[in-house]
Amino acid sequence: MEQQVVLSYDGSLEGFLSCVFATYEEKLKVAEILPPGKNMQELFSEAREIITDPEKAKRVWSSLKKKTSAAGLRDVKYAFLSEIDGIEKQLLAMIRYIIAEDAPVDRDFSHPSVLKVAQAAKKVGREKHRMEAFVRFRLTRDAIYFAAIEPDFNVLPLIKNHFRSRYADQKWIIYDLKRNFGLAYDLQNVNFITMDLDPAIGISGAPEAYFHTSEISFQKLWNQYFSSTNIKSRANEKLHVQHLPKRYWKYLTEKNLPEK
Amino acid sequence: MDYERIKEKLSILADAAKYDVSCSSSGSKRKNTSNGLGDSSGMGICHSYTEDGRCVSLLKILLTNHCIFDCAYCVTRKSNDIKRAAFKVQEVVDLTINFYRRNYIEGLFLSSGIFKDADYTMERLIQVAKKLRLEENFNGYIHLKSIPGASDELMREAGLYADRLSVNIEIPTKSGLKLLAPDKKHEDFIKPMEKVKNEIIQYKQESKLIKSTPKYAPAGQSTQMIVGASGESDRDIMYSATFFYKKYNMKRVYYSGYVPVTNDSRLPAMGSQVPLLRENRLYQTDWLLRFYDFDVRELLNEDHLNLDLEVDPKLSWALRNRHLFPVDVNRVDKHLLLRVPGIGLKSVNKILLARKFRKLNWEHLKNIGIAMNRAKYFITCDSREFEVIEPSSEYLKNVILSTSSGKFRKDISSQLSLF
Repeated sequence: MEQQVVLSYDGSLEGFLSCVFATYEEKLKVAEILPPGKNMQELFSEAREIITDPEKAKRVWSSLKKKTSAAGLRDVKYAFLSEIDGIEKQLLAMIRYIIAEDAPVDRDFSHPSVLKVAQAAKKVGREKHRMEAFVRFRLTRDAIYFAAIEPDFNVLPLIKNHFRSRYADQKWIIYDLKRNFGLAYDLQNVNFITMDLDPAIGISGAPEAYFHTSEISFQKLWNQYFSSTNIKSRANEKLHVQHLPKRYWKYLTEKNLPEK
Repeated sequence: MDYERIKEKLSILADAAKYDVSCSSSGSKRKNTSNGLGDSSGMGICHSYTEDGRCVSLLKILLTNHCIFDCAYCVTRKSNDIKRAAFKVQEVVDLTINFYRRNYIEGLFLSSGIFKDADYTMERLIQVAKKLRLEENFNGYIHLKSIPGASDELMREAGLYADRLSVNIEIPTKSGLKLLAPDKKHEDFIKPMEKVKNEIIQYKQESKLIKSTPKYAPAGQSTQMIVGASGESDRDIMYSATFFYKKYNMKRVYYSGYVPVTNDSRLPAMGSQVPLLRENRLYQTDWLLRFYDFDVRELLNEDHLNLDLEVDPKLSWALRNRHLFPVDVNRVDKHLLLRVPGIGLKSVNKILLARKFRKLNWEHLKNIGIAMNRAKYFITCDSREFEVIEPSSEYLKNVILSTSSGKFRKDISSQLSLF
């Protein structure tokens, strides 16, 4: 039997595309492609580290682009950001399938990898949308609208433009606590930042050390609105939780009533 | 800002506005081009959900709940003994801006009780929208209520600042309106609707020639009907809805199961159940009309005055039209594929794309995500196994009911056991 290899890369999209390049260049049979922090499952495979090469990544991307619809390319990007175990291998299979066929096949949902990638992309798209919906800014003492999040998938790069065009006249920061980086808008540009956050700043609430004195008042007003707009005779707990899964409640002002 | 006072007003005026079900914040094309606040060019976003499961997308409030009318179905009617309050224009502006900046909302949905007269009320609503747009440079979504009887000039102005305008017809039949809202005239509802429709048509024509024509209600207009307050049939409701969709180019018609708010012999008693299931079936029908190529007369007619509560309207229709099925998913045209129970819009598009590459079998269809428990009796595919049975529709309906679950099933069985 031909030797299978396990590729490891730096976790970036370019790094992954470099892996794809290597599978062509060296005719590799791939068992797994692993980002940093994930361990090899296969016992009898050779391990290889792939060095990210932007030039090679670009070549893969441009040949993929020629044969893939906008929706297909979007799925590849989104699925990659899902960080789901084994998604790299599905992406590799999809990319190889697209490049091998003359006709466009990126929407062939009867191909298992195309379908898997589309499904992963859908999950990421949903998470992106949820972050656009459930992020709650809190006004800090130094007049920055601040939000902390812990999304299931790495959606920060995807929500950047949405928040940029929406909140163009206020300074804001959205910080991913799980991946320890954030987006910061300074009224000109959005930059990726990392910082040391005091855990006391929390995801909700308005500790006075950090937040503007009016912040707590607006949170209370919002809570008042949230409870007044509810129709008790139509209570539907199941639907409520279906739309608003409990794991997102930590973000929501209306679900974390301030004490005072 | 006097937060305590505002909070009290908010509790009264949000409570009074909540029976208006529209929460849509999509369909506008207002971009943030001036580095201002807000953008409503994308899809709508639900920022939260109330405990009754409805989406919270807009700050939905009344400017005031003082009202000169006495419509029986309405909680703010003149004769009702409730707390009254009124927001100042600036208060609504401040609330909207501060909520929007915190990403709580997509914008404002402002309605009002009618104080003094229609034009006086409409003017106040317009003031809020105008201030938001011109002083705050706000590009979020604004939905204004068209006050029945408001003048054409005001309706014209309203559309320049609002993304959507709506008049609630509330009672689907003229006779019901006479009974429950004797102060209101049918024409008063129609007049602002007609004006908004014509302005939108004019805007569309002019903006083709002159790009800079100011936007007019880019998210169109909508209306709402109360269900179960005046003894109307599903046919009455859906025929009215179709009329409004066609005649006034409505973006949406909403259906609101009547929530008893008063003891009045003309209305269902306090404490009676909100007809949630019926409301759900009406929405399903609305979707079939707008997205699934159905004609309202196929679903509701002389022989079918009301929708089947037990099964969805598409399945109900298919069970009445067994001669058209089964269809081969690998060959059937889109029109008929859309009509297969258990196959939704997204699945239809996936099937149409996927079948170009290979013949689809049950496994493929399952992965695509169609609801097999209903669909399998109405389709064939690339497989020799299929549900060949030719049972009666009544029998088939029972099989489907017994092999599936539904969120309202409990309600129906208790409703049925009454007979």
